[in-house]
Amino acid sequence: MTIHSDYAGGRLTAYLSGELDQHEARGAMRSLDGLLDAYLPRDLVLNLSELKFMDSSGIALMIRLSRRMKATGGRMWIENPARQPKRVIDAAGIDRLIPVAAGSL
Amino acid sequence: MQVSNECRLEFPSKSSNEAFARVAAAAFAAQLDPTLEELEDVKTAVSEAVTNCIVHAYPESVGRIRLKMRILEGGVLEIAVQDWGKGIEDVEKAREPLFTTGGEERGGMGFTIMESFTDKLRVRSRPGRGTVVIMQRQIRSRQRRP
Repeated sequence: MTIHSDYAGGRLTAYLSGELDQHEARGAMRSLDGLLDAYLPRDLVLNLSELKFMDSSGIALMIRLSRRMKATGGRMWIENPARQPKRVIDAAGIDRLIPVAAGSL
Repeated sequence: MQVSNECRLEFPSKSSNEAFARVAAAAFAAQLDPTLEELEDVKTAVSEAVTNCIVHAYPESVGRIRLKMRILEGGVLEIAVQDWGKGIEDVEKAREPLFTTGGEERGGMGFTIMESFTDKLRVRSRPGRGTVVIMQRQIRSRQRRP
């Protein structure tokens, strides 16, 4: 999977593309931790519109990121998830912890 | 019970095989003429089951994983994912949402997601001997749809 990002006005948007499973999750977490360390954003937006596949490894990653953002008083959203990731998010019920926005914020 | 086709695959518990296993399952399911959504369901459930073997059954070593797929009467796809690893002490507990022995890199949602994406899920496990997860998913052929 690949991650690219942009940062503006305290908001870091990370665009995840490809497939996010346990094999990919550790590298993804390292990249995202690196981005958070570099920018110290107030808001983190995970854009999943190009993420073709995700399993519960992605859920674990999102919960970790959400805890990290909350610990520093920041906020986090999931933006525009493609169909399969959206269904995994719904099945896991994490939309109660992390807001999911259908379109761009 | 009539079995119209079957397939058996074995591979080592390397995490790079997670993607292989779900693509292989989707390729086998393709003969049932599934929708994209049904294929996603099969891939998601297989990814979870195989990941459990890699992370939990063989935490310190590389072991064997067997993926056995069958097509049953009425377009039911059955997938069994078997390992000969550590086994699960308490299957009921393991199936509860958010329960995990895998630390913060795991969320404890694997079985919950397997259950949501299949019609039937059975787990048999013996500590020290291994685990088999058997999932069934009805595939409604696109041609048979109204």
